[in-house]
Amino acid sequence: MLQVRIHGRGGQGVVTAAELLSVAAFEEGRHAQAFPSFGSERTGAPVVAFCRIDTREIRLREPIVEPDVLIVQDPTLLHQVDVFQGLRREGYVLINSRRGFDELGLGDVARRFRRERLVTVPATEIALRHLGRPLPGAVLLGGFAALSGLVTLAGVVDAIGHRFEGRVAAGNVAAATEAFDFVGRELQALADVQAD
Amino acid sequence: MFRQIEGSRAVAEAVALARPEVICAYPISPQTHIVEALAELVQAGSLAPCEFINVESEFAAMSVAIGASAAGGRAYTATASQGLLFMAEAVYNASGLGLPIVMTVANRAIGAPINIWNDHSDSMSQRDCGWIQLFAAHNQEAADLHIQAFRLAEELSMPVMVCMDGFILTHAVERVAMPAQAEVDAFLPPYEPRQVLDPDDPVSIGAMVGPEAFMEVRYLAHAKQTLALERIPQIAEEFAARFGRTTGGLVRTYRTEDAETVVVALGSVLGTLKDTVDELREAGLKVGVLGIHSYRPFPLAAVRAALQGARRVVVLEKSFSVGLGGVVSTDVRLALSGLQLHGCTVVAGLGGRAITKASLARMLRDAVADRLGALTFLDLDQRMVERQLQREAEIRRSGPVAENLLRDLGTVASKVH
Repeated sequence: MLQVRIHGRGGQGVVTAAELLSVAAFEEGRHAQAFPSFGSERTGAPVVAFCRIDTREIRLREPIVEPDVLIVQDPTLLHQVDVFQGLRREGYVLINSRRGFDELGLGDVARRFRRERLVTVPATEIALRHLGRPLPGAVLLGGFAALSGLVTLAGVVDAIGHRFEGRVAAGNVAAATEAFDFVGRELQALADVQAD
Repeated sequence: MFRQIEGSRAVAEAVALARPEVICAYPISPQTHIVEALAELVQAGSLAPCEFINVESEFAAMSVAIGASAAGGRAYTATASQGLLFMAEAVYNASGLGLPIVMTVANRAIGAPINIWNDHSDSMSQRDCGWIQLFAAHNQEAADLHIQAFRLAEELSMPVMVCMDGFILTHAVERVAMPAQAEVDAFLPPYEPRQVLDPDDPVSIGAMVGPEAFMEVRYLAHAKQTLALERIPQIAEEFAARFGRTTGGLVRTYRTEDAETVVVALGSVLGTLKDTVDELREAGLKVGVLGIHSYRPFPLAAVRAALQGARRVVVLEKSFSVGLGGVVSTDVRLALSGLQLHGCTVVAGLGGRAITKASLARMLRDAVADRLGALTFLDLDQRMVERQLQREAEIRRSGPVAENLLRDLGTVASKVH
């Protein structure tokens, strides 16, 4: 079972991102369970949402305390909430930021995990360009597809199409695709560095 | 057709498939998404001639449902927590009058302290109100139970409450098979009332009944619930034959055949319990699960049959009778009268406290080793409790309990970990 935890702030589409991810997995024929950290959500307050993906029925209902994947939609949370809590050693991390892990002050944290599974994406900038609004959720899912291959970009695009219509859907698809390409290039660059 | 869908949405669409004629509700978390979705369907005209009535309170919501049902309409409402308490008088009236209303209760704790999260205190507070109470373990069952509920309610002419865990189910997006309209129509015939307010054939409903017949009216309600004990599994079987999946029924067992220790529970925690039991089985522990899906009527015989081969019974419940202990446990004990079984009550998940597989496994290992006490509060923070008790012993004006505990925790706003 794959367990994904998404951190962000109220109003950023954290819950929607978890739902989209579950729909992407569902469209690919898998079982998925998305749920929010239930609370009185307020705009700007730290919010967490979860997604489990498996090839069989998911019965477990506890919050995800040991995620395989961490997606951080808002980098200002990094020094406010212990987003890395419980992350598995083999885990994937995707952070919405223009800066790298060292610049974000996460160099030490990053060294505990596999370098090729950690990536930052300027998702807010990409979202602003395609949607005109700072909503990084779907964008990061495109990046996650490239980072892990655990869902496909086609699945993410499908999920966007189920949830949104017209220009919003098209904008999200374009943004997710750009993030997918961006992460692909980042991973290639990293592979080149490691090969040298 | 399988859909990846929010629990609330699945329930709203299942209710819509039952062709309700009057829907009335007052919004309260975590039920709100259900009636919002139904309001949209009514507004879009896809439920015509169904009427959606906005009301000013839960008391009015149940009162409107009573009026609609008495006038021969298929009536539905939904609520939770304090909302259920606020409508309590009308809830008793609906069952006392024998009106087949279906209501979703998106289970949530009751304040004070105010808390929007899940437990079963709300439904349990109304367990003696004369409604049938069905509990869903997952969203497929939540959706299916609503279709079964209308059939059961109208056959017996008594109201049915479908209980589903607030947030844990209502807000979870997962795979649900939504039946086709024609299949539901074939399963659920149009409502044929036993009593109806009809200007062409006037009757009164709701006579005052004195000592000469009140006991008999009450007894007949009990007799009907006894009849429901037969009809609930039959309807579940018929549903399974038509829709190809088993949901509902009185009780369902999991790995209980040779189990020495059986844990009894209701609602969504059954899923986490099954995963826990699988792990403990791998470690060689003979444990199993009994899920109760009909809490009222309480299936004494089915519970007894499922448990009598065990040596120990643990009742895990999200409800609590202050000054006594378990609520469900009391009923399970009654089912086990005369059997020499070791029984424990575990109160868990109050006010949304997460029930984890790790805590369940620890608790069940204790149970198997006969280390579990008669009444346990799962994951209770004993230090927090003792600090407050000490405060109360030291000073008279120790202040409000909830505020004290939050201050001790350094919590600015409540949250679930």
